[in-house]
Amino acid sequence: MHTTDSKPLVRALYDDDDVVLGAVKELRAQGVAVKEVYSPFPIHGLDKAMGLKETRIAMAAFMYGLLGLTTIVTITYFQMIVDWPMNIGGKPNATWGWNMPAFVPVLFELTVFFTAHLMVWTFFVLNGLYPGRAPQNPDPRTTDDKFMIEVEDGDHVVDLLKKTGAIEITHA
Amino acid sequence: MHYESPVREPLVLGNKTYHDITLDVVRPVESTAPKAWWIAFSIALALFLWGVGAILWTIANGIGSWGLNKTVGWAWDITNFVWWVGIGHAGTLISAVLLLFRQKWRMSINRSAEAMTIFSVIQAGLFPVIHMGRVWVAYFVLPIPNQFGSLWVNFNSPLLWDVFALSTYLSVSTVFWYVGLIPDFAMIRDRAINPIQKHVYRILAFGWGGKAKHWQRFEEVSLVLAGLATPLVLSVHTIVSMDFATSVIPGWHTTIFPPYFVAGAIFSGFAMVQTLLIIVRKLFKMEDYITIQHIEMMNIIIMVTGSIVGVAYITELFIAYYSGVEYEQYAFLNRATGPYWWAYWSMMTCNVFSPQFMWSKKLRTNLVFTFIISIVVNIGMWFERFVIIVTSLHRDYLPSSWAMFSPTSIDIAFYMGTIGFFFVLFLLYARTFPVIAQAELKTILKSSGESQKKHHTEDDHAHH
Repeated sequence: MHTTDSKPLVRALYDDDDVVLGAVKELRAQGVAVKEVYSPFPIHGLDKAMGLKETRIAMAAFMYGLLGLTTIVTITYFQMIVDWPMNIGGKPNATWGWNMPAFVPVLFELTVFFTAHLMVWTFFVLNGLYPGRAPQNPDPRTTDDKFMIEVEDGDHVVDLLKKTGAIEITHA
Repeated sequence: MHYESPVREPLVLGNKTYHDITLDVVRPVESTAPKAWWIAFSIALALFLWGVGAILWTIANGIGSWGLNKTVGWAWDITNFVWWVGIGHAGTLISAVLLLFRQKWRMSINRSAEAMTIFSVIQAGLFPVIHMGRVWVAYFVLPIPNQFGSLWVNFNSPLLWDVFALSTYLSVSTVFWYVGLIPDFAMIRDRAINPIQKHVYRILAFGWGGKAKHWQRFEEVSLVLAGLATPLVLSVHTIVSMDFATSVIPGWHTTIFPPYFVAGAIFSGFAMVQTLLIIVRKLFKMEDYITIQHIEMMNIIIMVTGSIVGVAYITELFIAYYSGVEYEQYAFLNRATGPYWWAYWSMMTCNVFSPQFMWSKKLRTNLVFTFIISIVVNIGMWFERFVIIVTSLHRDYLPSSWAMFSPTSIDIAFYMGTIGFFFVLFLLYARTFPVIAQAELKTILKSSGESQKKHHTEDDHAHH
C-alpha cells in the first residue's frame, strides 16, 4: 500500500560490504533517496554515508544512570538515616554523608543496573524488537552474506543500481 | 580500510567467505548431536540430579546436614560460591574489556565465554541462597518493608553489597549476551527449514532485520554495555572479597584482598574458558575459528594473572610477618605448616608453579598440555578459597574452640551437582545457540581472514 507522498520502492541485492558502501555514496550523489540498507553485520561508515544522525542512546543511558543513582541515594537515605537509624559499636548512622562510604558499592551497582537495563529496553523499543516479531528484513539472505539497499523508484534508478554492482533488483 | 599488518597472524583460518562462516556457526544447531555430546550430557545430567537431591535434602533437614560446626561456620558453600563467581569473570573480561581495547581475537571466543559467565554465576548464586536455610524467605535480602515493622536491610553490610553486586552482574551480563545474540538468532531463523525450529528462533530473534540505524544503535549499545560491564566485573569480586576483608578474622582482615581476588578470578575464569573451548572446538570442528593463537593468547593471560596471584600470596605472607600482629602471623604460619598444609601447598603448586610452564611457546601452544593445566588451575583456585576460608576459621582465638572441617556427603553432592548443572546448561547452549558471534566475526573477515590477508600481501607486491 502506498500513500500519496511515498513513491514505490526498489530493492537491490549486493554481495559485498565495500560495494554496498560505494553504492550508497554513489546513489546519494546522484540524488536517489536511499531508504534503508539491510546487512548481516554492521558496515563501518555506512551510517555517515546514508546521512543518518548519530544515535543519542548513550546520552539516554547517562540519564538512566543518574536516575539509578538518585533512586538508590533516596532508598539509603530513607531506610538507613530517616526511618531506622542504627548505632553499631558507637558509630551511629547520623547523616547520609557520614555513612556514604559504606554505601558506595550499592550506589555503583544500582547505577549500573538502571543504566544497562533501561538502555537495553530503549534499544528494543526504538528498534521495534520484541519476542516473536515478524522478521524486519524483506529478504532472508541479508542475515547471511547478502546486503540489500532499498531506494525510492524514479528515472534511471534501476540502471544506476546495476551500475553500482547490484546482483538482483526487485520492485517492492 | 580493511588493512591489517601482515605481521599479525590471521584470526580466521582457511579460505572462508561470509557464507562459510554462517554454515560453520549453524552446523551444530542444524545437525544432530554427536555421540560424545550425548555421553557428556548424560554424565552432567546425572551429576545435576544428584545435586538437586542434596539441595532438597538441605532444605528439608536444614544446614545441619552440612559439615559446618561452631568454629568453621563457613566452608564449602562459600568456597564454591567464590570459586564459581571467579570463574564467571573471564567471560565479561573477554567480551567487555577486550572490546574496549579493540582486541579482535576476542570475537571467536566471546560468546561462549559469556555463556560460561552466566551459567557459573547461576551456580554461585545457589550457595548463598540455599545457605539461608529458609529459602522461601530469600526475598528478605531486598530493601522492601516487611510484616514485622519497618526494619530494613543493612546497607553497611558487605553481605548485602554482595546481593546487589551479584544480581546486577548476572542480569547485566545476561542482557549484554542477549543483545549480541539477536542478530545471530536472526541468521538461524532466516535459514531454518524445520517449522518448530523456525518458530523458536523467530521468537528468540525479536524480529531483527539488520537495518542500518539498528546496527548503529547496536554498536553504541554494545560499547556502552562494555563500558559498564568492565567496572562492574571488577566491582563484583572486589565486593566478594570484602565479605572477608571487612571482618576481624586474622587471615581475612587484609587490604590486599580486592585486587588479589580479581586477579585470581580472571586466572581461574580463563582456565575454565580453555577447558570449555578446547572441547567445543574439537566437538563442533571450530578449529578454523578458535585457533592455536587464541589458545596461546589465553595461556599468556593465565600466566600473567597466575603470577599476579603468586605475588599476592607472597605479599600476604610478608605483611603478616611485618605487621607484628601475632594472631596474623600465626594464621599464615598455620596455613603453610598446620593441619591444612596439604591444601595450602596444593594451592601453591597449582596456582603459582603450574602457570609458569606457559613461558615456553611450545607448551602454551600444545592443546593437551593446555587442557591439563586449565583443570589444574581450577583445582588450585578452589583450594585457594578453601585455604582462605577454612584455615582462617579453624584455629579460633581460644584453643578450646579449635576444630577441623570435614564435608558430608550432602556437601559433596551439592558441589558436584553445580558442576553437573553448569555443564548441562553449557552443553544445551552449545547445541542450540550460535557459539560464535558470527555477525561480529564477519566484520573482521576481510582484515583478519587467512586467505584475505594473503591476498593483501600479494597486492602489495604487485604495486611496488
